[in-house]
Amino acid sequence: MSEFLQQLLNGLSLGAIYALIALGYTMVYGVLRFINFAHSDVFMVGAFIGYYLGKLVPEGTLWGGLLVLSGAMIGCALLGMFIERVVYRPLRHGPTLNVLITAIGVSLLLEYTGQIVFGAAPRTFPQIFPTANYHVGSLTISSNQVFVIGVAILLMIALQLIVFKTKIGTAMRAVSLNPKAAQLVGVNNNVVISFTFGLGSALAAAGGILYAMNYPSIDPLMGVMPGLKAFVAAILGGIGNIPGAALGGLLLGTVETFIGGSQFSTYKDAIAFAILIVILLFKPAGLLGKFTIEKV
Amino acid sequence: MIAPRLHVLRYLRGVKNAGFRFAAALAAAPCASVAAAAAAPEPIKIGVYASLTGKEAVWGQSAEKATRLAVDDVNAAGGVLGRPLLAIIEDNQSKPGESVTAVRKLISRDKVIAILGEASSGRSLEAAPICQQARIPMISGGSNPKVTQVGNFIFRTHFIDPFQGTVMSRFAREKLGAKRLALLTEVTNAYAVGLAKYFSADAAAHQTPIVIEQKYSAGERDFKAQLTAIKAANVDAIFVPGYYTEAGLIVAQARELGLNLPVLGGDGWEGPQLLAIGGPALRDTYYCNNFSSESDVPETRRFIARYQARYQSMPGGTAADAYDAVLMLTDAIQRAGSTEPEKIRAALATTRGLRGVGGPLNVDANRDQLKPAYILGYNSGDYHLVQVIQP
Repeated sequence: MSEFLQQLLNGLSLGAIYALIALGYTMVYGVLRFINFAHSDVFMVGAFIGYYLGKLVPEGTLWGGLLVLSGAMIGCALLGMFIERVVYRPLRHGPTLNVLITAIGVSLLLEYTGQIVFGAAPRTFPQIFPTANYHVGSLTISSNQVFVIGVAILLMIALQLIVFKTKIGTAMRAVSLNPKAAQLVGVNNNVVISFTFGLGSALAAAGGILYAMNYPSIDPLMGVMPGLKAFVAAILGGIGNIPGAALGGLLLGTVETFIGGSQFSTYKDAIAFAILIVILLFKPAGLLGKFTIEKV
Repeated sequence: MIAPRLHVLRYLRGVKNAGFRFAAALAAAPCASVAAAAAAPEPIKIGVYASLTGKEAVWGQSAEKATRLAVDDVNAAGGVLGRPLLAIIEDNQSKPGESVTAVRKLISRDKVIAILGEASSGRSLEAAPICQQARIPMISGGSNPKVTQVGNFIFRTHFIDPFQGTVMSRFAREKLGAKRLALLTEVTNAYAVGLAKYFSADAAAHQTPIVIEQKYSAGERDFKAQLTAIKAANVDAIFVPGYYTEAGLIVAQARELGLNLPVLGGDGWEGPQLLAIGGPALRDTYYCNNFSSESDVPETRRFIARYQARYQSMPGGTAADAYDAVLMLTDAIQRAGSTEPEKIRAALATTRGLRGVGGPLNVDANRDQLKPAYILGYNSGDYHLVQVIQP
């Protein structure tokens, strides 16, 4: 039983990070109907901004850690908006496939620029927040795990509030529903799309920092696997659906951890992805997605 | 993101710098310089492939430094057969597949007479068939027995994993008193899989069975699932054959889960990243290496002093292997009296009693080495020598 609870906790803290990254994929898809493959590399850049900022503040202090976290989030938000402005906006009215290919190009550009700027060798991420281990019965909970889950929940609530309670959130939903109609009623699509990219990238940066805190070895290709998993999580939950992305991330992290702890650990990615296929066979739009019939 | 990686072949400072270094070495040896500079004999080209960037960059970089030191030493002493050595160094970015490209380039374009490298058995196994096919001698620093089994042109400077696995299993049994053992193996790594096999075989033969075996892949960062399963299996010690980045993360996460058991590893653990990631969590961890900075062998002491003077850092096992590879090759060329690959191969096979910086170099019938193993244990911020085990 205690092993089960421990694995559940491990899985949830991993899944919370997937969920944060998945939110970025899902938001961009919701507004623009395309997959921003560069998102996983924004996640990597977030971790590296954290690495450099972490050297400027004293290690293991709460205010220093929060400063690093918000610094990385702001930095990545700017990066996300910059990528959107320079690369995606000129292509917005072309075929979706063009943007998709460009997104892969931006992803590779970030990865290999990272290898030149940051170096290809892995670096050790500093302990930016104070750490401790708590023992509850036979369960061991590290402060990092609590922190990851806590921050992820807080950010998801904040996101839900932004999308449903603010003016810009209403505009985002309007653009997602029908961009042309939104424009007709006075929504500035460019601003809304920029904002979406900024928000998604800030969440990716937070995910990057939390990931690096838990697994303190970072390198320019670190985003590839978590990015792929988060992408899958977004589809699993129903792409374009914000609570769906969160659910998908938590589910994928938990399943992966449980398989990782069994004797089939070598197959953990294969099994996790096989489960995805099965779910999509029965629910083609994902767990919380709505399947809409396209009229021809 | 999912597109195939671009292959960037780095052409390293090799050619350009070596010429400069050669001149510097000549200046350092004034008695030889006048005659040599006048005749300017054609250099003997040796090819080196190493992981200068990427995950195991620490090994490649220290191997590169030690190779340059060794080549300069040979050249300062007048070179081999009156000709200077020239090392051409290629990077494989610690990635599978890249070593083949690098070694092919060294053999076909640079026309090197021998290939040196590298510390990773997996990447040595990629390069070895190319060298064997081209009939160019190769000296690896890998420990997996399969490396030299590729063919009669493949040699090594390192001890082999059956020895290392036995040493660590014996250490767990005799020094740590472990009765029940756990394995956490990197399954995508030929070295780790081999080492796990020899460790388990020895453990099983001495009634200290492996009660649980968990696996991971290279580049993974989350090991809590496997470690939680190991914790539930109630063992006395964990053996983690793998490389230093993952080893550091594994130990740190084990301690986070309250798994305060001895953790053992092989020579793949060596690298400053281990200390940087693991930190104080590394208490009660031990690994086996081919080199210790606290060894009292005079050749080793001299090597450490010279390496430190030149690079202001402590050499590791991969540096010693790289230095010894140059030493073995130079000795073979000298004895063969020729730079013909076939004659060098024959001379390499008869290397006996050469005093390397990482211990004596004796090539046996399988082209392997018998060298002492150093067991290092973590104590207050660094690893220190715990025990030396002779073969």
